[in-house]
Amino acid sequence: MTFVSITAATLAKDIRLEWRSKDAINAMLFFSLLVVVIFSFAFDPTAEESRRIAGGLVWVAFLFAAIVALNQTWARELRNQVLDAYRVSPAPTNPLFLAKAFGNFIFVSILEALMIPLFIAFYKLRALGPAWELAPIALLGTWALVVNGTFFAAISLRTRSREIMLPLLLFPISIPALLGMVNATTAVLTGEASARFWIALLLAYDVVFTIACLLLFETVLEAE
Amino acid sequence: MPNISLAVAVEGLIKQFGHFAALRGVSAQFAPGRLYVIVGDNGAGKTTLLRTIAGLSQPTRGDVSVLGAANVKATRAQIGYMAHPSLLYDEMSAMENLQYFVRLYQVPNDRCREVIKAVKLDPDLERPVGQYSQGMRQRLSLARALLNDPKLLLLDEPFSNVDAHSAQQMATLLGATRDGGKTILVVTHQPGLLESITDEFICMDAGKIIARTSKLQAAQQ
Amino acid sequence: MKRGMSILAVVTALLLSFALYEALIGAPTEQTMGNVQRIFYYHVPSAWTAFLLFLVNFVASVLFLIRRDTKADILALVTAEVGVVFCTVVLVTGPIWARPVWGIWWTWDLRLTLTLVLWLIYVSYLVLRQFSTSSQTPVLAAVLAIFGALDVPLVYFSIWFFRTQHPAPVIGSGGSLEPRMAHVLLINWAAFLCLAWLVGWTRYRLEVAKREVDEAQALESLLESPR
Repeated sequence: MTFVSITAATLAKDIRLEWRSKDAINAMLFFSLLVVVIFSFAFDPTAEESRRIAGGLVWVAFLFAAIVALNQTWARELRNQVLDAYRVSPAPTNPLFLAKAFGNFIFVSILEALMIPLFIAFYKLRALGPAWELAPIALLGTWALVVNGTFFAAISLRTRSREIMLPLLLFPISIPALLGMVNATTAVLTGEASARFWIALLLAYDVVFTIACLLLFETVLEAE
Repeated sequence: MPNISLAVAVEGLIKQFGHFAALRGVSAQFAPGRLYVIVGDNGAGKTTLLRTIAGLSQPTRGDVSVLGAANVKATRAQIGYMAHPSLLYDEMSAMENLQYFVRLYQVPNDRCREVIKAVKLDPDLERPVGQYSQGMRQRLSLARALLNDPKLLLLDEPFSNVDAHSAQQMATLLGATRDGGKTILVVTHQPGLLESITDEFICMDAGKIIARTSKLQAAQQ
Repeated sequence: MKRGMSILAVVTALLLSFALYEALIGAPTEQTMGNVQRIFYYHVPSAWTAFLLFLVNFVASVLFLIRRDTKADILALVTAEVGVVFCTVVLVTGPIWARPVWGIWWTWDLRLTLTLVLWLIYVSYLVLRQFSTSSQTPVLAAVLAIFGALDVPLVYFSIWFFRTQHPAPVIGSGGSLEPRMAHVLLINWAAFLCLAWLVGWTRYRLEVAKREVDEAQALESLLESPR
């Protein structure tokens, strides 16, 4: 009960703070728009080709946007050393992690919700396979990026060159998830294969790493 | 061997950051219900000592026992900590900040109003904390540290850049808190503010405790 | 200790020489690919050695988190470094083989791709160790190593399935291996394991000595006054 209430309180606080200083989310929304436009200039295929590569394009674009969001996960806790206030309290540390991860999930989902219609428009995308499968792919794929991203953002609190350390640590470990997201999306868009295996892989990835993050977050937080 | 009758006991504390030794063998005992002021030049190790007692920093070697427990985590509910940064969210009001932190301590919500009034701040002030003066911010930070009515209060430079009125107000509150049976450790460059209520001055230099005295003049040498 | 290392050094030198002879001359020439195929005797054992080293890294990291024993941390560091070197050998020999045989520099071969991902993960591990400002770097590194190890089966399965949908050339024998070639392969693996052990052991002793020097210096600064 405490666990849930602290997670909820932390998440509510973060959403409230984000809402008050809207400049961060506004800048990121604009950045996401820019990414889509740049990709459209860089890769300008016909409708047939686009279905084949859209999976990759979309998720790489999401990855860029996600990194920008993830890099500021702990920014507010670092200012005024608020993180110390949390650490010094008897509160368990996992609610803090989950609240940050959920917050990032919401944040990145909003960015994705902006980018998807733009991609559909620019690339004239249509799903030839079962379109409903795109929902679990988006959910599982986003969580895969966000759960490890939040964790590695916490690790990079203890390093130099924080902003480059996060992607440097995140990208290699995320490779299977990235393969999963991209291939699942391509399978659904082209209708040429089943996305089932990739969805199962994403699910396995999410389960394994959510558990790992929850088990090891406190260790990382205390490693000053 | 943790001693229940002591508020804090440290034994042979060594803390190294690479080749730099912030603490070079600190041993000390702090009795409950007293107010201790730790003084010393910059780099003497005062902040490191306080953070180690608060459980925020692990010593390279040595033992720490807080409120009778060797493991700091067990006693976090009874510790209050305050530092020169405010440990508050600039974009929220005073009450919003306290209402969040009170959740971490599992104490009733009414404590928020109680502690805000104790530091003589207006609970209904809606201005975000980022717009406060340093004096108001530090008083609020002290209020946050008092939310859980801690048995042990650890303050690191609470009066830094604080106006005289706020500082005096905080000092009075600390005296009352100590009289209520709490143990207080304060690191400060302005020991004069607390002279009348201090039980003992601890002087640190280059990572060691070099003197303990109850007289301010002696401490200032 | 020192005697053991000398013996190991001699054994390694002998094995490597013998393995070299076997690989270049002793082993029969492959039918279709000719002498280029001989690089197989370096490519495959390097991969197996690297994987074994990373397994040891995982065990050492877990042990370190549980016991906080410095020796486990040094073992983790050493196996990561030596493992990255062997991975690099795999990544270099792969294209050297693929180019003359298929005319391409890279192929999404299962072993080669898995090695690439492992190389990336463990290089990021070494970068974390380098860039950490924490006084508990070994803890952070151990956590990352565990994450990397958890990732390995996921990487394997994702590449495996990817290849079923995008078939690509396989480096190494697609089918069964002639017994004489298997024999040479194992000899080379034994030689590489000895080399890994020798280099790792030396690096281990070097790191132990380095940490002792650091501690002595820190102790000096503890005892003397900084003024």
